[in-house]
Amino acid sequence: MDALVAQLQMQYRNYTVSLYQQGFLDDQFTELKKLQDDASPDFVAEVLSLFFEDCVKLIGNMARALDQTGTVDFSQVGASVHQLKGSSSSVGAKRVKGLCVTFKEYCEANNYEGCVRCLQQVDIEYKALQTKLQDMFNLEKQIIQAGGKVPQVDIN
Amino acid sequence: MADVMRPEKLDMSNDTSSLGSPELLHVLAVDDSIVDRKFIERLLRVSSCKVTVVDSATRALQYLGLDGNHSSVGFEDLKINLIMTDYSMPGMTGYELMKKIKESSAFREIPVVIMSSENILPRIDRCLEEGAEDFLLKPVKLADVKRLRDSLLKADEMAFKNIMHKRELQANDIYSQLKRAKI
Repeated sequence: MDALVAQLQMQYRNYTVSLYQQGFLDDQFTELKKLQDDASPDFVAEVLSLFFEDCVKLIGNMARALDQTGTVDFSQVGASVHQLKGSSSSVGAKRVKGLCVTFKEYCEANNYEGCVRCLQQVDIEYKALQTKLQDMFNLEKQIIQAGGKVPQVDIN
Repeated sequence: MADVMRPEKLDMSNDTSSLGSPELLHVLAVDDSIVDRKFIERLLRVSSCKVTVVDSATRALQYLGLDGNHSSVGFEDLKINLIMTDYSMPGMTGYELMKKIKESSAFREIPVVIMSSENILPRIDRCLEEGAEDFLLKPVKLADVKRLRDSLLKADEMAFKNIMHKRELQANDIYSQLKRAKI
């Protein structure tokens, strides 16, 4: 039992560290984890869930705004990008946030192709993060089910 | 003589500090982002604050009874120690919200903190000039909230101590008068 827990914990540590190293997550995600405790054990999962719902909504807005036959209202696209940039920043979704910075510049330049590319990338990126985090949360569950505690992962 | 010296006679019930329960600062948080609302609410709870969160400046004004639909009746007992608002919100911005709060006699003394994801110096200056207690860059850190909380509690404690000191001086003054009058 202990050997299994130890193995799962090591897997979890390595996986978490890799998410930071590959740029999926940044320090803000660490801050989120600090806010989680035994009284609120699902806080991180809950915030991320809200974030992913936000992604669906905002990306939908952007797609509709870019889909206008005729003149595209780039400020409308930009408004949704700004919101996505904000929420990705708040949860530590580093790659999504980085894409939003580029996306915002294309909106300000009224660059249609640039915007469409960014939209596609942002869609891919948030889904990739969602999958990665799901794997991470699953590892946490496995550790707990095996009778262990989820370790604090020191990134630095 | 002993009769007059009882504390009740000195009207200590007039609570001009919010130090009813020192740990529980009541914070009103305003943000149009659902992710940020969840985040700030948790930040504040973890910092032992009572939290009310609303999703717009309009709702904040409604909560405070400043939306013009109410008389001030019923809102005097509303104890808010701090308002934290996002700057960029659709409709009314956090800056405009703060101006409305500063215009109200009931709430102008309440510290207002503005939060923004954008580090725009003229914006920060404008907010501070208009009376913002602080301007925080998002994402807000736990350390930011702790710092705010500590400074507010300290200010409250100072105000409380000043009041107690004044009362003490008053009590001493009355005592001296009575002694001289040989009652």
